[in-house]
Amino acid sequence: MATTITPNQPAPRISKAASEVDDRLIVAGPLRRTLNKVFPDHWSFLLGEIALYSFVILLLSGTFLTFYYDPSLSETEYEGIYAPLRGVEMSRAYESSLGISFDVRGGLLIRQIHHWAALLFVAAIVVHLLRIFFTGAFRKPRETNWGIGVVLLVLALAMGFTGYTLPDDLLSGTGLRIVSAIILSIPVVGTWVHWAVFDGDYVGDVILGRLYIVHVLILPAIILALIALHLLLLIKQKHTQFPGPGRTEHNVVGNRLFPAFAGKATALFFIVFGLCAGLAGLVQINPFWLWGPYNPAQVSAGSQPDWYIGFLDGSTRLFPAWDINLPGDYTIPALFWPTVVIAGAMFTLLALYPQIERKLTGDDASHHLLQRPRDVPVRTSIGAMALMFYGVLWLSGGNDLIADKFDISLNAMTWFGRIGCVVLPPIAYMVTYRICLGLQKHDREVLEHGIETGVIRRLPSGEFIEVHQPLGPVDEHGHGQLTYAGAPVPKRMNQVGGARRAVKGFFKPIEQPADVELEAQRERRGLAAAEADREVTSGRPSEGGRPSAGGRPQDPRD
Amino acid sequence: MSTTNPSSDAPTTEGRFAGLRARFGGRSAGSPASAARARRRSKQRRRMTNVAGLMAALVLTGVGYSAIAPANAADDAATTQSSAEAAGQALYERSCISCHGSNLQGVQDRGPSLIGVGEASVYFQVHTGRMPLVRQEADAARKPPVFSDAEIEQLMAYVQANGGGPTLPSGDLREGDLAEGGELFRLNCASCHNFVGEGGALSSGKAAPSLEDANDMEIYAAMLTGPENMPVFGDNQLTPEEKRSIIDYVQTLKEQADPGGAGIGRAGPVSEGLVIWVVGIGALLFGIFWMGTKA
Repeated sequence: MATTITPNQPAPRISKAASEVDDRLIVAGPLRRTLNKVFPDHWSFLLGEIALYSFVILLLSGTFLTFYYDPSLSETEYEGIYAPLRGVEMSRAYESSLGISFDVRGGLLIRQIHHWAALLFVAAIVVHLLRIFFTGAFRKPRETNWGIGVVLLVLALAMGFTGYTLPDDLLSGTGLRIVSAIILSIPVVGTWVHWAVFDGDYVGDVILGRLYIVHVLILPAIILALIALHLLLLIKQKHTQFPGPGRTEHNVVGNRLFPAFAGKATALFFIVFGLCAGLAGLVQINPFWLWGPYNPAQVSAGSQPDWYIGFLDGSTRLFPAWDINLPGDYTIPALFWPTVVIAGAMFTLLALYPQIERKLTGDDASHHLLQRPRDVPVRTSIGAMALMFYGVLWLSGGNDLIADKFDISLNAMTWFGRIGCVVLPPIAYMVTYRICLGLQKHDREVLEHGIETGVIRRLPSGEFIEVHQPLGPVDEHGHGQLTYAGAPVPKRMNQVGGARRAVKGFFKPIEQPADVELEAQRERRGLAAAEADREVTSGRPSEGGRPSAGGRPQDPRD
Repeated sequence: MSTTNPSSDAPTTEGRFAGLRARFGGRSAGSPASAARARRRSKQRRRMTNVAGLMAALVLTGVGYSAIAPANAADDAATTQSSAEAAGQALYERSCISCHGSNLQGVQDRGPSLIGVGEASVYFQVHTGRMPLVRQEADAARKPPVFSDAEIEQLMAYVQANGGGPTLPSGDLREGDLAEGGELFRLNCASCHNFVGEGGALSSGKAAPSLEDANDMEIYAAMLTGPENMPVFGDNQLTPEEKRSIIDYVQTLKEQADPGGAGIGRAGPVSEGLVIWVVGIGALLFGIFWMGTKA
């Protein structure tokens, strides 16, 4: 770092050391540029960071688990501490997983942190993706980064599946069996691919070792590289920002990386870590000692994948049993469509969405300002439609549990899903579209007529009017002259300082409400103070102008 | 990697677990006698509380009962074996006859014949409150029993005397090998009742019930008689020792604490997904909103 030493004082030791480093590596310039990098501030920009920090937690806790886990499928007889399984034949993988849970000090906690962080990792990626989608942050020039994000999501799913399989319990073995069947269902190449993956028929004796290497080495390495690329592109292309005062397509308004943004990021890391540790300490996850070791002869009711694979389980449950039998003993099993085809189509559409939208709208310009979802009703409605489709599949993935707990017929749940995944998405589209238009119109109305103050005035003629507060200068009809600029429009008086300012404090007040009231009276701010002085008017110049200018009251809507 | 033979026909199951049992034999026999005694004692206590609960339920339902039928159950209970059958017949003719017929032969579209179902079936259906049925639907739900233990025994005697059938076992119903019980449970029961006996949905509104409230005798009687959609696990399919092992496993798991924290229904990924989205993402959204207000 650059040192700022007054010539007469001896240089502090740290500055001297820093200078020595800078003399050799020349880092001061780039470091200063990086630390001064400005990031825009909005709560929703932190969603991706949650995913990043969950990944860091996953790396740390996962490394601990590798010390004790053995991905071997060789059989052994359990003689450990958990009585209900003592004497049962099981794989070394399952035995070592039991050992992590019951014998390793802190093992159960770390395992549960790892699993909760995994669920959180994918959930945070999805929420982050939704934010990017609905605000149009994927538009040119950021299509590449969107694509990287979609690849990261797919890799996270693969990461989750491989990790889910490793304990080799009855639940995960059932999942692996289904994946084996999915691979086999691929026309023409399925059998060969299966043989390549499993080195023979299901289940063989190499698959866990392979999934382990994929889970602890290959996927994390790729994900790390892609995250680095994701962030580098973000820095290179600069972060998007919401429209607002002083914000244009050519600047970035926000906080410098150091210290404001770095401080927030560190705080968020500890919040995420605290949440994972808290969940891991309080809520049991994947108690595979209850599931028992994997045995192909056994399967349990209510076997589900982790939540992020649930939509594929749902699509499989909903899809009719339509096997296609071709001449010559060839069959395309029904399983192929709801798994390989639907997942492939969904992720392809997702990855290509920026290009599709650019083609359809013909919008080839670069965008650095975000859009409010209501201002792009078609995109927002498409998103709602996709979410509805996904949601129905997701719900159907747990339809047996829902049927059981809520005493609904499982057949009714299945038919609800089948009809729902076709009928509900268009309804979601239409409803969302109308809501977007309604919100747009309301924005325009407030800009034109002002904020509804809630103050009802009675005119000398006996007529009642509601007083509106214009947001800016008005024309001779009392209509506001501000145009909509994509930023939130204040719709309540206290958003424009019309009310007393809020008492500070998030959980509880940190200042005396009485003091705030006194302060408000001193400043003579707000509606109450204004009302004490004069009548509030419609703001029309013919009636004396804006209320602040002491106009006379009249019905503002004609 | 299979730990057991995938084939599930009875002879193979027998042969496979003969070896397991031989290995576990020594430890089962050598288990501390005091533990066994304690288990028997706690079993007696359970039975006492069961009886007490039943009597309380009887008092509650008794008021309604006496209004319709002023028969004196207390007098019936104090009679001899043959009059127990008579008392059972009286109860039967009051509460069961409309669906099961005047001679236990069943009524078309209402209820099956009870000839040959045995006292075990009566015990399961009446003691779990499934019979008398409230209404005809996909399957009968568990509810507080309508009859007292004494009345149930009279009904059992009556049905047993007319056609015979499976009888209730005696002795400690948890006298078995825990781990073997687990293997047998996962092989025979988990496909409907779930890994831990949480139950699960079947087709068309039917369901395999949760074993949460089931006592040892009810589980045994259910295996013996195969109520509703459940298959019969006769003594040829699961020997009495194997049944006791399964009961031991089910009840041990129910009493076992969850070492990892709140069990969230022991339902696996669905409830975990609910927790991460509602609690996890919910808390973090709250967190970043909070950080937003600090801007």
